[in-house]
Amino acid sequence: MSNLLKVSSSPHVRAKDDTSRIMLYVIIALMPTTLFGIFNFGLRALLLVAVCIITCVLSEFLFEKAVGKKSTIKDLSAVVTGLLLALNLPHTLPVWQAVLGSVFAIVVVKMLFGGLGQNFMNPALGGRVFLLISFAATMTNFEYDGVASATPLALLKNGEAVNTLDMLIGRCGGTIGETSAICILIGAIILILLGVIDLTIPGVYILSFAIFIILFGGHGFDATFLVAHLCGGGLMLGAFFMATDYVTSPITPMGKIIFGICLGVLTGVFRIFGNSAEGVSYAIIFSNLLVPLIEKVTVPRAFGVVRPKKVKEVKSNE
Amino acid sequence: MGLKTFKGGVHPYDGKELSKEKPIKDILPQGEMVFPLSQHIGAPAVACVNVGDMVLRGQKIADAGGFVSAPIFSSVSGTVKAIEPRRVATGDMVNSIIIVNDGKFIETGFEKCDDYTALTSDEIIKKIQDAGIVGMGGAGFPTHVKLSPNNPEKIEYIIANCAECEPYLTSDYRSMVEEPEKLITGMKIILSLFPNAKGLLGIEDNKNDVIKSLTELTAKEPRIEVVPLMTKYPQGGERQLIKACTGREINSKMLPADAGCIVDNVATINAIYTAVVEGKPVIDRIFTLTGDAVMEPRNYRICIGMSCKEILEAAGGFIREPAKIISGGPMMGFAVMDCDIPTTKTSGALLCLSEDEVSKFETTACINCGRCVEACPENLIPSRLSKFSDHGDKEQFESWYGLECIECGSCSYACPARKPLAQSIKTMKKMVLADKRKK
Repeated sequence: MSNLLKVSSSPHVRAKDDTSRIMLYVIIALMPTTLFGIFNFGLRALLLVAVCIITCVLSEFLFEKAVGKKSTIKDLSAVVTGLLLALNLPHTLPVWQAVLGSVFAIVVVKMLFGGLGQNFMNPALGGRVFLLISFAATMTNFEYDGVASATPLALLKNGEAVNTLDMLIGRCGGTIGETSAICILIGAIILILLGVIDLTIPGVYILSFAIFIILFGGHGFDATFLVAHLCGGGLMLGAFFMATDYVTSPITPMGKIIFGICLGVLTGVFRIFGNSAEGVSYAIIFSNLLVPLIEKVTVPRAFGVVRPKKVKEVKSNE
Repeated sequence: MGLKTFKGGVHPYDGKELSKEKPIKDILPQGEMVFPLSQHIGAPAVACVNVGDMVLRGQKIADAGGFVSAPIFSSVSGTVKAIEPRRVATGDMVNSIIIVNDGKFIETGFEKCDDYTALTSDEIIKKIQDAGIVGMGGAGFPTHVKLSPNNPEKIEYIIANCAECEPYLTSDYRSMVEEPEKLITGMKIILSLFPNAKGLLGIEDNKNDVIKSLTELTAKEPRIEVVPLMTKYPQGGERQLIKACTGREINSKMLPADAGCIVDNVATINAIYTAVVEGKPVIDRIFTLTGDAVMEPRNYRICIGMSCKEILEAAGGFIREPAKIISGGPMMGFAVMDCDIPTTKTSGALLCLSEDEVSKFETTACINCGRCVEACPENLIPSRLSKFSDHGDKEQFESWYGLECIECGSCSYACPARKPLAQSIKTMKKMVLADKRKK
């Protein structure tokens, strides 16, 4: 019987992109902001990036070994998590804290919930928020050019002036990967051109956040204030690289829009009405929790199907 | 650009260059012929010959088993050897008439019709019914049933499916290049049945030469119009084609006639021409033999009932070891375990690939990327439907519109986790529909 041919259900061809290739695209798109971060903050930044990536990959490998599962480190998703976590840390953070955050991100947020595709919140942000709560002092210790300095958002919060040009380029204090809006946008364009993300979530997020700032920011339509808020903090990095995380964002087209609005409003609330100058991380992980609900109410109408409401009405009339 | 299309779809490698340039070549069968009695949707045909009978080419060997059914004709002259189950492309064993070909091809004689305009609608439909015409693009729905809607005057569009969106297939393309008058006359015959209908020829823009030549040929036909379509799979899906050509949408519970449309593919319309004008039943068809494993990929005019193996041998056999042989195209065709299967009215192609992409890849976890959602022409969420299918959750499957799936395979094609989404959705669909029939 060995000369019988292989059979399988159609289709018999597959597209080129697989999971590890998509992850590789994300890593490539993160390179401009990573390199700028290293240039901006020095070798300490490079050390943290390396530590986070190695710890993430190693903890995924060891966890899977421990529970007797097949290793999935080849899909590069742990590399992306490590890189994103590092970009969300201040370059002054002690190495052991970075290691702890990476282990938390992979083991607690990702692997304990079933590994890739099953986590309900973005692992990198889960790790960052864990560190932010545990080590508030070192996580908000921002230095620039060797001098302890407030981030532009903290300055804004206190009503001080900021230099928006420096913020666009990234020559200011902040976490390793969040300061340069231009580098992040270059990465975003790479992702969009490679078809990894579409503009829906980041577009709606940034737009609704901008509207929120104009309405409730207390400055009306003040271009400098608006640009400072858009480029400041983790908004750009969060909008393009973390809110668009496939696993933790809605799959339905309408859901993506609602998700984006949630993000924009929550970020606005946290930044304007909250105590902290920052809000992006919390906004994203809160919205991650809403995803199952959002998806449930945004099941798209199938092609050619009459809106279900009308169908129900007709039935009840009968 | 103004090219018409639908939302969703994918762009697989089309492989058409392998076979599209070479003219259609005739192949005459030598060996045994197999005619499955069920090669259409509906009741199986009923054999009307006995073992030992002599038959001629064009002679009816099986009667239609009902209204939704079609008769079957011998494509060779010879002797009935047996009536027994044989394996067909889908893998099923189907009761078939086996005829030993005498190699003489003696015909019954076909009654030509010089002026089809003198025929009444009923006469035309009778000719189509008696010729055993079914949807030759693969579905196999009896054409006379399709052409007999309740209100013929309410049909506004007759759409010729000239999209040929399946990769690798070029049989419709070749016949439009070589015998376009058959398509146009066939369309005119159908239009004569529907006084208020307009004929649309929906052609993908990867066949620009055909778009041009058919536009010129139909310039003087006020009722026929060429509609250039965007090249995208599954542009030739019935619902997608109707949407692109007319803007109307139908769902799984509707027939095209509910939207005032009737869709037939090129091979079917050519068969209508052959039946009405030449008086010949469905005994031949154009067949694409292609793939990187075959010696001479091209289109052949074959006698229906020939074994795929014989076609392969006549065409020079393999140039490389085939890893996978598919009856039909790569997106919706059936993989066969052996190529000794008969061709039927609906067999349009045999694709022989030297590499099996599907078994090369490993399935990984779904990362919720939404590529299947973007690809789905039916606006479904395939990843979720496949999950419901894995969990056996029939209720959720239905409420997320699982039954609307047209099984085009775009989701599996696009999936970066290489999950067999279409396969699990198809399985669940069958189970849900089976439950419904029980009730």
